Amino acid sequence: MTEPTQKIAPGSGGATPAGALTDPIPVAPPRSQWRDVWDQFKHHKGAMLGGIIFLLIVLLVFVGPLLWPYDATYIDIRSRNQGPSFAHPLGTDQLGRDTLARMMAGGQTSVSVGITAMLLALFLGSLVGVLAGFFKRLDGLLMRMTDLFLALPLLPLLLVMVLLFRDPLNAAFGPETGIFILIVVAIGVTSWMPTARIVRGDVLALKEREFVLAARSIGTTNTKMITRHILPNVLSPIMVSATLGIANAIITESALSFLGLGFPPDFPTWGRLLFDATDYLQQYPERVFWPGVAISLTVLSVNYLGDGLRDALDPRIRGR
Amino acid sequence: MLTFTIRRLVLAIPTLLFISLVIFLLLELAPGDPMAQVPLTVPPEVKERMREALGLGEPVHIRFVKWLIQFFWIEPQVLIDNLFGTSLSEGKLRVLSWQTRSPVMDIVVQRMPQTLWVVGMSYILGVLIALPIGIYSAYKQYSIFDQVGTFISMIGFSVPTFFTGVLLIVIFSVNLGWFPSIYDTTHKVTDWDSLVFQFRQMAMPVFVLALYNAAQISRFMRASMLDNLNQDYVRTARAKGLGEKVVVLVHVLRNSMIPVVTVIALGVPHVFGGAIITEQVFKVNGLGQLLIGAIEANDLPMVQTLTFIFALLIVLFNLIADVLYGVLDPRIRYD
Repeated sequence: MTEPTQKIAPGSGGATPAGALTDPIPVAPPRSQWRDVWDQFKHHKGAMLGGIIFLLIVLLVFVGPLLWPYDATYIDIRSRNQGPSFAHPLGTDQLGRDTLARMMAGGQTSVSVGITAMLLALFLGSLVGVLAGFFKRLDGLLMRMTDLFLALPLLPLLLVMVLLFRDPLNAAFGPETGIFILIVVAIGVTSWMPTARIVRGDVLALKEREFVLAARSIGTTNTKMITRHILPNVLSPIMVSATLGIANAIITESALSFLGLGFPPDFPTWGRLLFDATDYLQQYPERVFWPGVAISLTVLSVNYLGDGLRDALDPRIRGR
Repeated sequence: MLTFTIRRLVLAIPTLLFISLVIFLLLELAPGDPMAQVPLTVPPEVKERMREALGLGEPVHIRFVKWLIQFFWIEPQVLIDNLFGTSLSEGKLRVLSWQTRSPVMDIVVQRMPQTLWVVGMSYILGVLIALPIGIYSAYKQYSIFDQVGTFISMIGFSVPTFFTGVLLIVIFSVNLGWFPSIYDTTHKVTDWDSLVFQFRQMAMPVFVLALYNAAQISRFMRASMLDNLNQDYVRTARAKGLGEKVVVLVHVLRNSMIPVVTVIALGVPHVFGGAIITEQVFKVNGLGQLLIGAIEANDLPMVQTLTFIFALLIVLFNLIADVLYGVLDPRIRYD
C-alpha cells in the first residue's frame, strides 16, 4: 500500500488558488530574440571590432570623397610620383592623381560591388532554397541544379563571362555602369549555391514544426506562409551568409580586376589599383601596400563580423 | 559501397556532358573572330574556306558532338599511343588551338608539370602545416596558441593571394633580393646548385598558396576536433586509463579526420582554380596562365578544353570525397 501524497480535493481550489495564478502578471515585455543576439554579439570582441572597422571603412569611402579636396580622376602631371606629404598623405601616382582620393573612389566601387553582389546572391540563394525546401515537387530539380552549379569551375567561367559580355553591356549602359552590372551579376550568379543549400535544410526542418501546422490549419496561403512564417525563421543563416558573401564578392572583384579583366583602368577599384601598382613594383613598392591593406582589412573585418554573428545567432552557444 | 561508387560514376557522366554543353554554349556567344588577324587583302571566299578549315562552318550541335568525340575518344587514343607506342590515333583530327595551330592537349601536357609542382607542393605543405595546428589549438582551446593560431588563420583566409604574393615579392625580391620574383620554367635540375635554385624560385609561390590552404584546412581541423573532444567515447577512453597521447592522437584524431579528409579532397580542384591568380603574380608558366592567355587571345578551343578540364577535376574529386567518406565512416554507407 502506498502512502498517498497530498490530496487536492476537486472543487476546493476556490479558497487557495493554485500558485501560478498568484504570481504577479509580468509588466515588462519578454526579452526579444534580437536583444539576446545583441547581448551575445557584444561579448565577441573580434566581431565588435570587425563591425566597427567595417562601418568606419564604409563611412570613409562614401563620405570621405565629399570632404577631400582632390578628385580621383584629377590629373596634376607636375606633381606626379610624389611620396607622402601633407597635401597628399598617401602620395600621388604616375599621372599625379592623389592616391588617397583614388583609394576612396576605389573603395566605393569595391564595397558597392561587394554589397550588391551579396544581395543578388542572397536573393537567388534564398529563393532557390525556400522553393526547394517548401515545395517538394521542385526540390529534386532545384537541388540538381545547385549541384551542377557547384561543379562548375567558377573563376575560369567568370573570366569567360567578363570577356564575352563586356562589350555588349558597355554599349548598352555605358562603360562604367555596364561593367558594374556585369561584375555584380557574374559574381551573384556564381555564388548563391551555399546559401541555397543552408536555407533549404532549415526550411525542411521548419516545415515539420507545429506553428507551421497551426498556420496551415487556419488556412494560410503558401505565399503568406513563406513571407510570414518561413522567411523570418531562416533569417539567421541568411545573415551569416550575407557577411561571408560580402567578403567573397570583394575578393572576387579584386581578383578579376587584378587579372586585368575587371573594371577599366581609368575607373579605380582596390583590385585595379593593386594591379596598376604592380607595374611600378621596383620603383614604388609602397603603392601596392594601400589597396592590398584596404582589401584585406575589409575582408578580415567582415569575416570576424560573420564569425561573431554566427555565434550570436546560435542559441546553443548563447549565454555562455 | 561498390554499387554506390558505380552509381556515382554513372551519374557523373550526364553532369559532365551538361557542364561541357554549358561551357560550349557560353563560348558560342563569344564576339571574337579567329579570322580578325588575317590581312584585309585576303578575299572573303578564301576567308570563308579558312573558317571552314578551322571547323567553324558547321552548325552548333555538329561542332559540339565533334568536340566531344575529339576530347573523349581521340585524345585518350593519343595518350595510349604515347604510352605504348601504338598508332591508334594516326590521321585523326585532334582539338586544335587557334593560337598555335597545335593540339591543345600537347600544350596542356607541356604546362602541367609547372602547375603540379607549384600547386601540388603548396597543397601538400598547406595540409602538413594545417593538421598539427588545428589539432593542437583545439586541444588547448582558448590558450594563447589557439588565439594566435585562429587569428593567423583568419588572416590567411582573408588576405587575398594576389596581395600576399605581391607583398612577398616586395619584401624578399625587391628589398632583400633573396628569391627571384619570376618563375623560370626552362630551368632544369641537373646538379645540387640547380636544385637549390629550383627550391628558391618555388619558395614564394608555394608559401603564398600554402598559407591560404593551411588557413582554411586548420579551421576545419580545429572545429572537427572540438566536436569530438567532448564526446562520451573520449571520456570512456580516459576512464579506462589510456594515455593522453593515445586518446587524442588515436581516438579523437581518427574520428575528426573523417570530415577533414573530404574537405581536403574537395579543395584540390579549387586549388587549381585559385592558382590561376598566383601563377599570374609569379609569372609561373602553368595551366592558369595558359587559360588567361587563351582568354585574352580569344582562343576558344583552348578555353573550352581548359575550363572543361577544371570541371572534370571538380567532379572527379567530389566523387573521391564521397567515396572516401563512405570508406572512412562505417556509419555512412550509402547502400
